[in-house]
Amino acid sequence: MLVYTLHIFNRSGTCMYYREWSRPVPNSDLKSNNKLMFGFLFSLKQLVAKISPRKGGGFYACSTNVFKLNYFETPSGHRFILCTDLSAGDMREPLRHIYSHIFVECLVKNPLWRPNEEITNANFVQSIEKYITSL
Amino acid sequence: MPLLSLYINNKAGGLIYHRDFASHAAELDVNEHLRLASTFNGLALILKELSPAKRSSKMELLEADSFVLQSFDTLTGLKFFVTADPDSKKLDAVLREVYELYSDFVLKNPFYETDMPIHCERFDEKLIKLAEDYQRR
Repeated sequence: MLVYTLHIFNRSGTCMYYREWSRPVPNSDLKSNNKLMFGFLFSLKQLVAKISPRKGGGFYACSTNVFKLNYFETPSGHRFILCTDLSAGDMREPLRHIYSHIFVECLVKNPLWRPNEEITNANFVQSIEKYITSL
Repeated sequence: MPLLSLYINNKAGGLIYHRDFASHAAELDVNEHLRLASTFNGLALILKELSPAKRSSKMELLEADSFVLQSFDTLTGLKFFVTADPDSKKLDAVLREVYELYSDFVLKNPFYETDMPIHCERFDEKLIKLAEDYQRR
């Protein structure tokens, strides 16, 4: 499995963390690309809520013929987006792991962490790196 | 695994056909269906822009907890997309069959104008049959 990128957004749509492992298409304008990504997810969530046959079912993945976007949203409004190639299976569990074992442990339980600021915590960055390469 | 709904968009992104197959499909009025279909058209294109890999197509598959959505773009710019219960298989084949039915019963209808809403009885009948067959597969 090939991992392309990881985005973490907070509830107001600011990109708190972005990391790319491989990206054949260069990311020319990171800021506007992140905005586009958040806007896309925001609208897609509304669309899914409308079209869904029963209430309370969010989406967790969408794909084109070359890549798959895996999505996980926490009740606190943090959104984790992992872009992989198509050979990736169900990535809900790995994303949940990133949230509960890395995000919560390294940041939420860290008294020095400032929410809504870009993540620079070395421990977090290392843990993410280690976990993604282990996938 | 029943199909829920089928939508067909013309090349401008407007909805030209919609049909619900199952009773538990989302109940929406005509305007909402129109809006949803064109929103999906835009979002499918944005996902292509967001692609980190080269030569990406538009969105083909959307997986949610309560349904899956499979989309198929024809070379002429039409977009066929279908929603179905989660874990439905071979939806892309269903869409190709729908495209075949469209070519046979809509395009060959002398009273049909391209890119306009579809009102063809035979097409409706064949689609309902297709949905029933799919459910038995």
